[in-house]
Amino acid sequence: MTLTLKSVAKTYPDGTEALHPTDLSVPPGEILALLGPSGCGKTTLLRLIAGLESANLGGEVWFGEDNVTALAVEHRKAGMVFQSYALFPNMSVRGNIGYGLKMQKLPKAEITARVDEVLELCQLAPFAHRTITALSGGQRQRVALARAFAPRPRLLLLDEPLSALDATLRDSLRDELAILLRKFGITAVFVTHDQNEAMAIADRVAVMSGGRIEQIGTPEALYRQPKSDFVARFVGNAMPLEGRMDGTNLHLPGGVLPLPDPSPNAQAFVRAEDVRIDADGPLTGKVISLTFLGTHYRLGIAGITDIVLYALHTGQSAPKLGETVRCRIDPEAILLVPKERPAA
Amino acid sequence: MLKSPTKIAQLVVTLLACAFLLVPALQSMLAGITVNYFQGVSSGLTTKWIVQVWELYAGSIGLSIWLAFACLFCTLLIGVPAAYGLARNPGWISRVLEEFISLPLAIPGLALALALLQLYGSVQGFRTHWSFILTGHVLYTLPFMVRSVLAVLAAMDLKTLEEGAASLGASPWQRFRDIVIPNAMPGILAGSLTVVTLSIGEFNLTWMLHTPYLKTLPVGLADSYASMRLEVASAYTLVFFIMIIPLLMAMQWASNRAQRIVA
Repeated sequence: MTLTLKSVAKTYPDGTEALHPTDLSVPPGEILALLGPSGCGKTTLLRLIAGLESANLGGEVWFGEDNVTALAVEHRKAGMVFQSYALFPNMSVRGNIGYGLKMQKLPKAEITARVDEVLELCQLAPFAHRTITALSGGQRQRVALARAFAPRPRLLLLDEPLSALDATLRDSLRDELAILLRKFGITAVFVTHDQNEAMAIADRVAVMSGGRIEQIGTPEALYRQPKSDFVARFVGNAMPLEGRMDGTNLHLPGGVLPLPDPSPNAQAFVRAEDVRIDADGPLTGKVISLTFLGTHYRLGIAGITDIVLYALHTGQSAPKLGETVRCRIDPEAILLVPKERPAA
Repeated sequence: MLKSPTKIAQLVVTLLACAFLLVPALQSMLAGITVNYFQGVSSGLTTKWIVQVWELYAGSIGLSIWLAFACLFCTLLIGVPAAYGLARNPGWISRVLEEFISLPLAIPGLALALALLQLYGSVQGFRTHWSFILTGHVLYTLPFMVRSVLAVLAAMDLKTLEEGAASLGASPWQRFRDIVIPNAMPGILAGSLTVVTLSIGEFNLTWMLHTPYLKTLPVGLADSYASMRLEVASAYTLVFFIMIIPLLMAMQWASNRAQRIVA
């Protein structure tokens, strides 16, 4: 099922514009991530799709060929996984997963068969009769997913599905969730503030900021061709290279860099992994911080730009604190992003 | 264990306190089955006072139990949806309403009864009907039910649980029945326990509202203390005791059980 949003916006009664008019289309089977910092409107957008909030007049939500804008949440058939999971404490795992099927008034035998199938799929069969309170965080997350998926929804919506878990569990469950969603083969939209999560799970990522979708694309496209200052900084933590551009060169306080192509109205960015320590490099700076991270060192270098530039350095040894180092940034590693419109 | 004088002193104080509370109760119960209390137990034991109480006040006992359960029914019917409404719509209006419902707690039962008499006293059929006393009992016990249920509902993430059920296709009524009621059960049971106990034991308000043909257990108790011989009054206390203890225990058990299921 294709999910289509046509100029959907949300203004809260107190006047807060949580979401500016937004158009969005998610083709069948695609997993889309809504990525952004808190307060960017990503959860509002998800709740508008679910029907938990109503959009401003004029916006439309389409599930395939059906305009569901006026339908209440219980009639939209959109499965939802909540941040806190919202599992029913008065029911067993089986009761929770079967609840949506019961609401569809399916015959008992059919419910049992479907619940068994979903339990198997989500590897929850051994816990079928447990109460919710007797489950671990990871198991609860799977039950929430199974419960949303069991009634064969038209699409799945997930609100920060991993954020209630502790960090070590989150990494392993992230891959598990990606595999399960692929197995379901269902159109899915999920909200996250964690770029690694978005990159690992989603086919496409929509980066949101200030109630708008800033850029939407595959994880690679967002990483390699960010179209705005915000996307460059938020995805992969790109650092701005503030300096004077003259045609093909970028003049920084710490040296001159050749640019990939002349673009007068662009802002240059670079990521830490592309700043290389090189004795013959054109940039000069002073090491002011040094962190050993196992696979690499993270160096903070002052003097190249106005801000501290970070460099990831692999190797057996690293420059010492206070040492002056020379760096190189390859022209193809420089991200050129259209300059921000001046704030109105 | 009883080596130190402090320990012994503590034990003595505890035992004295227990005796202070228990001895009169036991004496009263004993009086209820003694042939002649002024001669003491040596006059022999009998059940004739209990039989007499039963003959005289069986109606009061029946009425009290009937009133307690009718009152429970009404407070459940009004109190649970009211608590749900308050929990779903937090804000200053809800706070004001909650205080308003709780007002009967602060007003003496006598004043409440007087207000009821002034307002409805002239409605003939109602004034002499048991539902008049029921109205008073419901007014008085409703805040206990609402607060007890509200406390449980406020402790859980009701909004998200309901949204979860809604996303699975549950209508507002199904959400209330399948999610709200079962999860509020410990509060509902605790509230029910309080309501039934308060209704059976309520005296102030009932004494003002009762008619000679509508006497509840405590009103009958006062009546027997005032006009019967001591043995009958004591036997009445004994009957009261025997009636209310199993009821209390049953509801306590039910409420504990529900709490264990939820926790």
